[in-house]
Amino acid sequence: MERQKTQVEEIGRELYDIRDENRPDYQVAPGLTEEIVREISAGQNEPEWMLKLRLKSFKIFKKLDMPAWGPSLHELDMDQIVTYVRPKADMTDDWRKLPDDIRNTFDRLGIPKAEQESLSGVGAQYDSEVVYHNMKEQMREQGVIYADMQTALREHGDLVKAHFMKLLPPSDHKFMALHGAVWTGGSFVYVPAGVNVELPLQSYFRLNAPGAGQFEHTLIICEKGSKLHFIEGCSAPQYNVLNLHAGGVELYIREGATLRYSTIENWSKNMLNLNSKRALVEKDGAIEWISGTFGSHITMLYPSSILKGEGARSEYIGVSFAGKNQFLDTGCKVIHAAPNTSSTMSSKSISKAGGNTTTRTSVTVQPQAKNSKSSVLCEALMLDNLSRSDTIPGMDIRTDEVDIGHEAKIGRISEGSIYYLMSRGLSEEEAKAMIVRGFVEPVTKELPLEYAVEMNRLVGLELEGAIG
Amino acid sequence: MKRPLLCVRGLHAALESGEEVLRGIDLEIEPGEVHVIMGPNGSGKSTLANTIMGSPAYEVTQGEIAFEGEDITAVSVDARAKKGIFMAFQTPEEIDGITVFDFLRTAQVAAGGKPVSFFAFHNQIQSSLDALQLDGACAQRYLNVGFSGGEKKKSEILQLLTLNPKLAILDETDSGLDVDAVQVVTEGILRYKNKKNALLIISHSTRLLDKLPVDKVHILCHGRFVHTGNRGLIDEVNTNGFARFAPAEAR
Repeated sequence: MERQKTQVEEIGRELYDIRDENRPDYQVAPGLTEEIVREISAGQNEPEWMLKLRLKSFKIFKKLDMPAWGPSLHELDMDQIVTYVRPKADMTDDWRKLPDDIRNTFDRLGIPKAEQESLSGVGAQYDSEVVYHNMKEQMREQGVIYADMQTALREHGDLVKAHFMKLLPPSDHKFMALHGAVWTGGSFVYVPAGVNVELPLQSYFRLNAPGAGQFEHTLIICEKGSKLHFIEGCSAPQYNVLNLHAGGVELYIREGATLRYSTIENWSKNMLNLNSKRALVEKDGAIEWISGTFGSHITMLYPSSILKGEGARSEYIGVSFAGKNQFLDTGCKVIHAAPNTSSTMSSKSISKAGGNTTTRTSVTVQPQAKNSKSSVLCEALMLDNLSRSDTIPGMDIRTDEVDIGHEAKIGRISEGSIYYLMSRGLSEEEAKAMIVRGFVEPVTKELPLEYAVEMNRLVGLELEGAIG
Repeated sequence: MKRPLLCVRGLHAALESGEEVLRGIDLEIEPGEVHVIMGPNGSGKSTLANTIMGSPAYEVTQGEIAFEGEDITAVSVDARAKKGIFMAFQTPEEIDGITVFDFLRTAQVAAGGKPVSFFAFHNQIQSSLDALQLDGACAQRYLNVGFSGGEKKKSEILQLLTLNPKLAILDETDSGLDVDAVQVVTEGILRYKNKKNALLIISHSTRLLDKLPVDKVHILCHGRFVHTGNRGLIDEVNTNGFARFAPAEAR
């Protein structure tokens, strides 16, 4: 049968699934003990305060319960998770210096090409360590810092110390505590006042080792009036053991600064993706979250924005696509803590073949946040009778002088629309793909072209059922 | 031997509920012909159009539909489109997030048209938009989303002109159009029409037909053709209504 005539481009899932042979330079034993935490710390050459933070986090981890809400995490056995895997590669700013298998992996994912064509800088993490980090010279000249976290700790220690896990303290929840104990890798970005980083920076996280965890930490500081677009990509090959991702993303947006944080997440379907992201936005600053969640067995991900300064703004646009055996629990949380702040959340979720999507939104308006505005729109599209979508909105409004809107639309794909498109020559699958592509268009149109193409490919892949 | 473009024989079709809507339709359309189907509300006009297109909402319980000599009764909707059947919908669907231009380009290839260069295609669309007095910006709007009633009908004709099918079924294309829009849509249809292709026009009113050549007019009542004649029938219906044609059991 002829297929794939639509503009949903055809690629194989194989692209993401090619595994490199797992031959790490070194890895810790499975499970989590104080010895392992100390062992990871010792390998990082890090300051004493970081070891203290790790040990404190480990204590909190032991005390905290698993989350009692959301998808069941009963499959997770921490005793089986390897929390640190060091690849056989030293960090470099030259792709050619990487071992062949690692370089080929990032080549296939199109990272070096994107770096040349459309990015200001790239960081690439493989398992627990960043193996490549580089930024265009002109950005460096303007004082922009873009470095792996280990280098940042060494070269900008005070700046890191003042911000690290201050927005996401280890006491926040069990997986933040885990993150605090065993984090490695990730990126640090500092954009000086008034600097506009025109092309995006991108960090890509690749987890190759089976049964491993990835716990990268991303810390971004955008000074007064600066502007940045940061892109985060993630993928992993498929294994039949669980992998765990519990990264942490902390974003500090100073007065009048704008940060767009885009994520296209395509973890393999054996991944528990329990990621935490939080932004603190000062006066007239703005955070724009663009979030695409395609992969993973279970995802719990709710980027949150604290609108601390007057006139601060938060935008969230998210899309998730759950297939068979996937539980994608996503959403956004905003705290309005100052007058005249505004937030919008627009979530699109798609489920098929028994997939589950849940959208949680939370809006808190504190008493002092007068004249604030918030609008929430959740739309869910179910492609069959097996699939499930839930929308769980939360609102806590402590002042009358606000403008709040919430709208939720949940529906099945329209038979009438499929018939209409088929009457123009599209096959049933092509018609569905087009409807889904249109449904996620509000997200794709916000992405740089290459990522929009990537998103469309992922939508196409999911529809084909190529992903198990 | 010359064979008709469309040949419908003894066609019965029912709704999912089992209710029979078409009760034995015979229809032959030759290349180059224009056929008109008229009939009171609920007589089965749209059902016939949708059954020829292959809508899953109706089940063919008896009879057959052949296109260019090939039995297509069990053929899927998209395969019928690829063979050259097109229907302008009475109520076109809104497809959010897909621009008219992208849609047309995808459909043009999907329906079996030769891929043409981006610029040639762009020019072709622009020319059709002009003919239909649609704003050029229309091509960048999402398909039928937020279109007025008139724009939706024109969008169907734009698709007709782009896909250039062998048989075009127009299901109540003139309903909801003002006088000027009827004029423009008529021009659009004339732009499509040639000696090789055919039109099956389902119409409630007759304004659309004033300037179109009409070969045959069928009166549909209670799922059957009760009368077939030439263009003169249109005037008769306009003057006297359908009462005279209704079958005895329905009077």
